[in-house]
Amino acid sequence: MSLKEVLKVEGLTKEYQTLKAVDDVSFTINAGEIIGLLGPNGAGKTSIINMILGILEPTGGTIQAFGLDLKKHRSECSQRMNFAAVYAHLPPNLTVRQILTVFGLLYSVPNLKEVIKNLLIKFDLQKFADVRAGVLSSGEASRLSLAKAVINNPHLLLLDEPTASLDPNVAKEIRGQIKDYAKNKQAAVLWTSHNMKEIEAVCDRVLFLSHGKILLSGDPRRLPAEYGKNDLEELFIALANKPVSFANHHTL
Amino acid sequence: MKISRIYAVFLRQIYLLKGSPARLVPVFVWIVLDVAQWGFISKYLGGLGLGSFNFISVILGAIILWGFLSRVQHGVMMAFLEDIWAPNFLNYFASPLKIGEYLLGLSLTSIATAICGFLAMIVLAGAAFGYNIFKLGLILLPFILILFLFAIGMGIFISAVIFRFGPAAEWLGWPIPVILAIFSGVYYPIRTLPVAMQWLSKLVPSSYVFESLRAVLAGNGSGELAVNLTIGGALAFVYFFAAYKFFIRVYRHNLQNGMLARFGAEIG
Repeated sequence: MSLKEVLKVEGLTKEYQTLKAVDDVSFTINAGEIIGLLGPNGAGKTSIINMILGILEPTGGTIQAFGLDLKKHRSECSQRMNFAAVYAHLPPNLTVRQILTVFGLLYSVPNLKEVIKNLLIKFDLQKFADVRAGVLSSGEASRLSLAKAVINNPHLLLLDEPTASLDPNVAKEIRGQIKDYAKNKQAAVLWTSHNMKEIEAVCDRVLFLSHGKILLSGDPRRLPAEYGKNDLEELFIALANKPVSFANHHTL
Repeated sequence: MKISRIYAVFLRQIYLLKGSPARLVPVFVWIVLDVAQWGFISKYLGGLGLGSFNFISVILGAIILWGFLSRVQHGVMMAFLEDIWAPNFLNYFASPLKIGEYLLGLSLTSIATAICGFLAMIVLAGAAFGYNIFKLGLILLPFILILFLFAIGMGIFISAVIFRFGPAAEWLGWPIPVILAIFSGVYYPIRTLPVAMQWLSKLVPSSYVFESLRAVLAGNGSGELAVNLTIGGALAFVYFFAAYKFFIRVYRHNLQNGMLARFGAEIG
């Protein structure tokens, strides 16, 4: 594992009785790189993210984060990563400040009060600091999720549809904040989304998944032309409809 | 183990109590009702002139200690349920938090709420019925330690059952103290039970505490007391350890079948 390599996934597999949700998936992410994990619903994107987060046990394969085997060093690896997901709601009955305090303590963040103060400013949450998370709008809740996701300055950020259900303006703002974060902190980001325009705008590389397998990977701005498509969305639809014709186009 | 992570779990529960004072009601209401009801029953029975037996001392002492055990067990379960209802597992277990730290955080929350309830009971029993549990002296300490360890174990066990079978299994947790009270001899000596039930009560750590409490109040032998408390303490430790192991086993099961990741969605 090279120094720049933040995450190395090899032969990752997850089986549920007769269903193979993730099938021999391998990829790496380097520092400062934003990788898009794409695929239709049920392709295995969330399962992969959950296995990297350590909340789902793989049936086979290995995950190395920061050079450590995730299975043996879950807590140490989690200390240096974080996540935001559209389905992972933060406790609705705590205020924004309380949530950031609890998660700051969970991630053992030094100078927590100062860190929270800066996050509230950065994510424009000052006026909601003492408001319960349950009454925030979708945009405000997404900003809070993102503030929580970067509270420990993670070197690996996992984002499962971070802009889903947001209006275009807020989504653009969130994208900008994540891009800035990855660039400034040299953090690796794994990002899932169904918005292909967003992926084109943000990701350095994409991995197309179908039925648990990575079918192809590459630069999201060049891939469509390579496969005779006008844009990423057209490529996505073709891949979702006829995955067999794209099989084995993925390299590590 | 990292103190900041244990404190985070504890603090989340304190924030919940602070944010919604209604959550404090169960901490005090039931135990106050118990003390009031049993205090008056004891006063009435005492007034019947049934020999030298001091009903207030025996019944109220038992009620206060039993209230402590129930509050600790329910406290652990309620703190766990708050994370299920929120739902908060995904965020918790994707963080560096370890299972032992999580359970310790929940236990600390229940200790804090149980101590508040315990103090309320003591004050009420003293003010309304002139009863002072501290007259029992230092023997109170092993009583409380055994009940505490057993209650934490029961709380973790029922949390593991809910974790395994989902929030619908919550109802199993509520009657546990009532069932245990039957075998613990809270309100009567164990010899009152049928022989088969007496054997079962030998497996319940709290039965040794309440038998010992009655022996102390009756001024009976200290040799037997030490044996009883040693057996009770050992049993409480075994149950606590077994409950902890059971929770870990359920956690691993949920990790494998994806339940941990899906828990929020399952109840949403």
